[in-house]
Amino acid sequence: MSEPALAIRTEELGKRYGKITALAGLTMSIPTGAVFGFLGPNGAGKTTAVKLLLGLARATSGEAWVLDAPLSDRNAHRRARRRIGYLPELFRYQHWLSAKEVLRVHCDLIGLDRASWDADVKDALETVGLKERADDRVGGYSKGMQQRLGLGVALLGRPALVLLDEPTSALDPVGRHDVREVIRALAGRGTTVFLNSHLLTEVEQVCERVAIVDHGRVIQVGPLTELLRADAVRVRITGLENGGQELLRSYGELQTEGEWIVVRGLSMDRVPDLVHAIVERGGRVYAVEPRHETLEDRFLSLLEKGHP
Amino acid sequence: MRALVIARLVIREGARRRLLLALLILTLVIIGLTGWGFSRIPTINQGGAPLSELQVKLIASQFLILTMFMFSFVLAMAAVFVASPQISGDVENGTALAILSRPIGRAEYVGGKWIGLAALVAVYAGGAAAIELGVVNAVVGYVPPEPLSFIAFVIAEGLVIMTLALLLSTRLSGMVGGVIALVLFGIAWIGGIVGGIGAAFDNATITHVGTATKLILPTDGLWRGAVYALEPQSLIAVGSQAGPASAANPFFATAAAPLAFELYVVGWIALVLGLAIYSFHAREP
Repeated sequence: MSEPALAIRTEELGKRYGKITALAGLTMSIPTGAVFGFLGPNGAGKTTAVKLLLGLARATSGEAWVLDAPLSDRNAHRRARRRIGYLPELFRYQHWLSAKEVLRVHCDLIGLDRASWDADVKDALETVGLKERADDRVGGYSKGMQQRLGLGVALLGRPALVLLDEPTSALDPVGRHDVREVIRALAGRGTTVFLNSHLLTEVEQVCERVAIVDHGRVIQVGPLTELLRADAVRVRITGLENGGQELLRSYGELQTEGEWIVVRGLSMDRVPDLVHAIVERGGRVYAVEPRHETLEDRFLSLLEKGHP
Repeated sequence: MRALVIARLVIREGARRRLLLALLILTLVIIGLTGWGFSRIPTINQGGAPLSELQVKLIASQFLILTMFMFSFVLAMAAVFVASPQISGDVENGTALAILSRPIGRAEYVGGKWIGLAALVAVYAGGAAAIELGVVNAVVGYVPPEPLSFIAFVIAEGLVIMTLALLLSTRLSGMVGGVIALVLFGIAWIGGIVGGIGAAFDNATITHVGTATKLILPTDGLWRGAVYALEPQSLIAVGSQAGPASAANPFFATAAAPLAFELYVVGWIALVLGLAIYSFHAREP
């Protein structure tokens, strides 16, 4: 089956509960095969957006297309859900079943060919590291193990789109690392991953595109590299005499950090020009270091800007 | 059919969580005790002379009706306890999120729950009633006139209260829904008695109250149908001599349940199940 160019597209998607706006006009598009980070503080509307995309909640305004199926066309959306995996933030599975049985129930719900169930279940258990405990009842699992099981459930049937809602909230550092590896493997085989998280380092490590939401609104959306553009460069130079400061100032705002000079507001493509100009004026360049803004810096500054 | 996946899950939960086992053991204990009770009936003396066969059967039929009333009550309680947290429990603990994100419609989900619960109700009601009737037959040689019809009425009674509890479960927590369903079950039972009293005193208003409760929740009407199937002709003849007042006796039925009422019950179950599906459509897990 040929995949649509966009795995998810939303247009002014909104959800209100009485007077409370849970999501206000979400507009975004996620290309097929992308690992997309959906970021925001608690209560920003992230889980609401995921629930709307899965048809678990009904939008009060706007429209969205998931794997080309519009939310408003329930039958088409239902068919599309065969190819969607979902790990809810609140991950709970039938505690009186074993992990293997939970996975088999989901194979049945997806409508996978019964002949492939054993292999599908084995794959999922191996991927999330639950092979040894596959026959134990879920009720005896730790929270982390239940979240691993949830991830296994989401991966069943090789879905085209996987929505992970805070997938590492109950995991230890090893578990978090494992989840990142799973996400990378999914991306490697062309699966679109929608990662809902407030763990910025996690998003920074695996996502190519991100949207930042707050108070039910998207405040920034785009490729991570664009969002985190290097907006400063640190240089260590000697030999710039008269007029040196003026020269540097023409490239951006200056700040001295010991032997270093920081030039702020300089785009990456002008860095070679800056170096060239310094050398032309007789300056000696020992080091040039573009300074990357972290996602956390960017996230906090965006939230501040959004709500002065 | 994804509804059957859900139905199987409900049945498996009943088996895994030892609900069926607990009910089975308790039921077998009750059947054992009542079997012993039935076996004592022929030993009763009346002024030194043993009871006639007709007297034994008459007493056995009365005792059987009382025993079966207890069974139907246990069935109603069990059906409510199992059905009332079915949907609300899944929503509250989060299991509904993983299930409903699959390609399954709300109607299939609620319908699947109903099918699974209906199977549990039918197996328990049919099994327990059949064993009890078999034991009574073995001990005192008494078989009620319409055993199959009786079993069908008891199953229908269980289905009605279960369907109501499932409807409540789409909106209310298990405990609240369960309490409401049981209170309504009690009101319907009392309503049947009140209607009988109205008939006895020829009071149209009170009779209508009885009829209305019978229609709003048809469990008591079904119980009367079940009782009628257990009554030998001799008992009906004796009871009918009491006139319309006998209708107030919850352990007696003067007439078979009319076909229209039976059809009404089928329609009632379909309507309430439809309401449950409609109600759950708007619920967000």
